[in-house]
Amino acid sequence: MARTPSFLAYVRRDVLLAYRRLGDTVAPLIFFTMVCTLVPLGLSPDPQRLSEIAPGIMWIMALLATLLSIERIFAFDFEDGSLEQLLIAPQLIALPVLAKIVAHWLVTGLPLTLLSPLLAMTLSLPTSAYPAMLLSLAIGSAYLSAVGAVGASLTVSLGRGGLLLPLLVVPLYMPIMIFGTATVFYAVDGLHWSGPLAAMGAMLCAALALCPLAAAAALRVTSA
Amino acid sequence: MCMDVPVPQDYLLSTNELCFERDGRRLFEGINLRLKAGEMVLIEGPNGCGKTTLMRLLTTLLSPTSGALCYRGEPLEKVRYEYLADLLYIGHQSAVKLALSAEENLAWMAASEGIHDPKSVRAALRSMGLGAVYDLPCHQLSAGQVRRVALSRLVLTRAKLWFLDEPLTALDTEGIGLITGRLQGHLDSGGAIVLISHQDLAIGAVRNYDLTKRCA
Repeated sequence: MARTPSFLAYVRRDVLLAYRRLGDTVAPLIFFTMVCTLVPLGLSPDPQRLSEIAPGIMWIMALLATLLSIERIFAFDFEDGSLEQLLIAPQLIALPVLAKIVAHWLVTGLPLTLLSPLLAMTLSLPTSAYPAMLLSLAIGSAYLSAVGAVGASLTVSLGRGGLLLPLLVVPLYMPIMIFGTATVFYAVDGLHWSGPLAAMGAMLCAALALCPLAAAAALRVTSA
Repeated sequence: MCMDVPVPQDYLLSTNELCFERDGRRLFEGINLRLKAGEMVLIEGPNGCGKTTLMRLLTTLLSPTSGALCYRGEPLEKVRYEYLADLLYIGHQSAVKLALSAEENLAWMAASEGIHDPKSVRAALRSMGLGAVYDLPCHQLSAGQVRRVALSRLVLTRAKLWFLDEPLTALDTEGIGLITGRLQGHLDSGGAIVLISHQDLAIGAVRNYDLTKRCA
């Protein structure tokens, strides 16, 4: 019986590939950083006003940054034929797909989350809201990667620059963004924010369980 | 039942009236291929007649519109896992990651088959004439060298059934010689090969399969 690579081997490979293409990998992070620093310049440097919109800005930018990079989750593998090899490997494809989602989060969502306190500072977010923001972005960006993978698997054969992918996934991103910003707003207002965060956790669990299966099924159809 | 007449187990691969339609257009029909251990089939036909599509049908990347595939006499639905574990496919896109070195690429391809042996990976690359460049990222290699990296899999693999779609593209005479030798070795050791190639190969037991006759 052939032993296929482990889940961790798939994650390690994708992270290594992202590292070798560092320019592509950091582009969404730079975008995220730039837009967040432009907001105080463009709107108003008034801390009061900024802190009111900070949670929303951070979340919208995190969402757009993910959207910028999610297409690549399968596009490179499709172009060089690795995806074909994956599809004819004697194993469940959902497992490597989940590994790709995890790897995508490790190189996009996680750095974005770690970067967020710095940007929250430029947006005058009260420090009491930092834990809520970090947790909501960490959980939320993993959800964005998982759901985005389904959209990317459906559009992988359509080539680059498709408008279809955002059209497909943005509606699915809306609920998590509503809960994500709510978590941070609750924290800013000094309320208990564990409620919306728990809802996000539940959504992430559902996404991690279902999205790899959906993406794997879609890849079979679209990349054939 | 896969066939009306039972297929003997010694046919590694057999197809029964394979037919494929795309967007309502019939590409080919009545494909009855049979492949025993030690045999090689060369699929022939002009550009666009569906050679690669047939290859993708045989490797289960595509599903036939009608007809069936059998592996060792068993219908594929029953033995899908065994079939995939015994199959090696190298297509037009050779699955070589240009950002990785030749060694990293081959190590991954070997690992996909459950072979974890850095020494044999290095030896395979040497035998394909890549000994001097094994640690360079593949985007620094020439097209022919990248092909060689992809084809190094043939040295390591344990799969019995090889599906090769124009493997000789971009290879020089020496490279073609290396691959021909490897193909012959595989046939001698009881493997089977389905090949698409526009070049003549110096291999004894080649059966030609003319796809133009099956085109609708």
